[in-house]
Formats: sequence, C-alpha cells, structure tokens
Amino acid sequence: MKRNVRWMHVLTGAVVIVLLLGVCAWAGGDGDVAAQMAEAAGQGSSMPWWGWPIILLFFCFILGIIAVLAGVGGGVLYVPLVSGFFPFHLDFVRGAGLMVALAGALAAGPGLLKRNFASLRLALPVALIASSCAIVGAFLGMALPTNIVQLCLGGTIMFIAILLLVSKNTAHPEVKKQDALGLALGINGAYHDPSNGQLVEWKTHRTLPGLLMFIIIGVMAGMFGLGAGWANVPVLNLMMGAPLKVAVGTSKFLLSITDTSAAWVYLNKGCVIPLMAIPSVIGLMLGSFVGVRLLAKAKPAFIRYMVIGVLLFAGGKALLKGLGI
Amino acid sequence: MSEQNKGMAAPEQITYSNFLFYGCWSGLALMIVTYLIYVLGFMGPHVSMSEVVRLWSQPVHEYLTQGHAPTGWDWVYLLGKGDFLNFLGIALLAGLTILCYIPLIPAYLKKKDPIFAILALAEILVLLVAASGIVGGGGH
Repeated sequence: MKRNVRWMHVLTGAVVIVLLLGVCAWAGGDGDVAAQMAEAAGQGSSMPWWGWPIILLFFCFILGIIAVLAGVGGGVLYVPLVSGFFPFHLDFVRGAGLMVALAGALAAGPGLLKRNFASLRLALPVALIASSCAIVGAFLGMALPTNIVQLCLGGTIMFIAILLLVSKNTAHPEVKKQDALGLALGINGAYHDPSNGQLVEWKTHRTLPGLLMFIIIGVMAGMFGLGAGWANVPVLNLMMGAPLKVAVGTSKFLLSITDTSAAWVYLNKGCVIPLMAIPSVIGLMLGSFVGVRLLAKAKPAFIRYMVIGVLLFAGGKALLKGLGI
Repeated sequence: MSEQNKGMAAPEQITYSNFLFYGCWSGLALMIVTYLIYVLGFMGPHVSMSEVVRLWSQPVHEYLTQGHAPTGWDWVYLLGKGDFLNFLGIALLAGLTILCYIPLIPAYLKKKDPIFAILALAEILVLLVAASGIVGGGGH
C-alpha cells in the first residue's frame, strides 16, 4: 500500500515536471519550439522519422493520465498542447484530436451504458442536434484561415479553463416538475448509486433550451477538433437537471456520436495522418487506463488546478498566435 | 415500472453497449496491427516517411498536393500501401456508431416508440452524410 502511494507520488511528480518543463520550453522560446521542431524535422534533422511518433506516444500517455485525474477529456488538452509543442500543422492536430476524443468515448461507452450512467433516451435527441452541428463546425474550421481558428481556439480554451474553475455542478439537481418536451420524449431514468447503494431516479426540465445549447456545443466541437465534455456536463446537469453521474456518463457517451460526424469530415479532407494520429490514440488510451487505476488513490485537486493553469496558458498562447504576436 | 426506472439498462441499451464493446476493441487491435505493419516496413507507404515528416507541418492542401494523398474514400484504392492500410482501423472506429444505431430502429419500433426510431434513423443518415464526403471535399 505504502509502495503504491509512493509510486503514485513519483508518477504524479513526473507528470507535473514533464508538463511544467514543456510549458517552460514553450514559453521561453517565443512560441517557437514548434517552429524549431518543424524546421528540425523538415530539413535534415538528426531526428529520425520514428522519433516523433515515439515522443508523441509517451506525451499522449502522460496526457491520458492527467486528463483522467483532472476529469477532462483528452481532446481538450491534446489540441492546444500538441499544436504548441509539436511540429504538426493545426489541420492534422484537430484531425488527430477528434480521433483521440472519439476513441476514448467509444471505449468508455459500454461500461457507462450497462450501468445506466449513460442514458440512450437522453443522448439520442441531444446527439442528433450536436452531431449535425459538428459537421457544420468542421466545415467552418476547415474553411476559415488558420489564424482565425487559432484565435477562436484560444478564446474557447481560456473560457473552458474559467468554466472548470468556477462551475459547481450539483450531484442531484432538484427537478420539481418535468417539462412537456422531456415528458413527451420520456427522458427519465434511474441508476443504482454504488456509493450508497440507493436507487436514484431522475427526470429533466428546461429540455428545449438545453437541446438548443447543443447547437453551439456541436459547432465548437467540430470546429476545433475538441471533445465537448466540458460543455456537455454543465448543460445536462445545471440546465436540464440530470444528476451529475448521469450528466458525466451521458456526456462521455455523447462524444462518441458527436465526434464521429466531425471525424469523418476531417478524415475525408485528408487531415488524418496515421503516422502521428495512431500513436496519439494508443498513448492516450493507455494513459487513461493507468489514470483510472490511479484515480482511486489520487487526490486530484492539485492536478485539476494545474490543468486549469495549463489551459489558461495554452489558450493565451493560441490567442497570441492567432493575433500574430 | 420499466427496466430503466428500476435502475437497469433497457434491452436496446445493452445491445448498443455490446456492439460498442466488441467493435471498439477490434478497432483498436486492428489499428495496432496495421500500424506495426506500416512502421516496421512490411508494406511500403504511399507517402514516404521523409515526405510525411516534411509535410505534416504544412497545411493539409500542401500534404495532399505534394504527397499525392487521397481525399474522401479514395484511400480504399491504396489499401495495399502501409500508410493507408491504417485507415481500416480508423474507419472502423469512425463507423462504429453507425453500426450500433442500426439495431435501435427495430428495437424502438417493437416498443411502439416511433419518435425514437425516427431519431435513430435520422442520426444514421446524418452520420452517413458525414462519412460519405458528399458535403464538401478536398482540402481548403
């Protein structure tokens, strides 16, 4: 047990050091670690071609651990950090980011659905809106100039960081009366809470405004190649009144549908390069697997604040890049 | 009281979950195998490694034109090449949700729940449109 705790501290320390070193390198180089890397990679660098996939695999493995400990999806960390640290163009980073978010959501789906933490009745109407809008977002992202997308990405990432800092989700929101739309669609359910063994019944309210919010969420998910768990959870929980466990579970499951539509757009446009996308997916999946095991023992508050700090920094950097500063 | 309100997942939800479980892990296994075939050089790539490394810092249209890389479903014609063989696993993961949705339609119709059967059908159509590449095409 003591050994486990010590191992966990060492691992968490390593994660912190790697991330901080990366951020320092990124900050210190006037942003141009990526440019230097690109130059090195492109023009006769001593780095062999297999160097980048291996670095990416380890980087994404650590990202996967951090993402689970901080309670965020992989895509939201992957896109700003990989587009900053690595020599890849934003087009390919967004394509790979969607594959990363999609793979994570697909892998989590079966367990969530079987335990009733994800509800098909809640997910189906929401998914139809979000996935249609994700296609529109993906086209917008591909059509707009890179600096504009970078600017919007920066703003969004900073907004997510602030949202993570201030949002206080409610475990069991009070829904006195279900609204007509929620009732007509039969959006309700129940799950066994393993922490107290009780059956928790739930239903939704404010269903229409909640569904309309997914227009914006879908467009943003497609445009930036992010999963949109950071936005799904507050809407499902705070606005529509789903219990936090159902909101988190359904949000994760929803990503598997929303990101599918956007992923196809990027795939069809040639934005998925297997040499970099596949190590990203595998690294993040393995990291998430280790992260879930650490989660039981970890006190992730520090990691969470660190991630908020990194997101603020990454968002600021993307904003400056978009402004050409 | 329905299964859902007793805390148990509805039968169609269990079916979806089973499809997802087997499809997801098959896709990941396929990805690992095809990636190893590619990077270990068992099958030559369409875009050479040095070209990929040179072009991945450029916008996608540079990669497409200089690397002669395909868009849409044209990668299917290049499955004999190591790099595009990887698209099998990627396409399986990206297409899995469509496969999972198909059994939902008869399940909801059987439950006399036509609204959800229509929602499932509409979602399949949306995802098929996205997958088909009908809307848009080519790099920007």
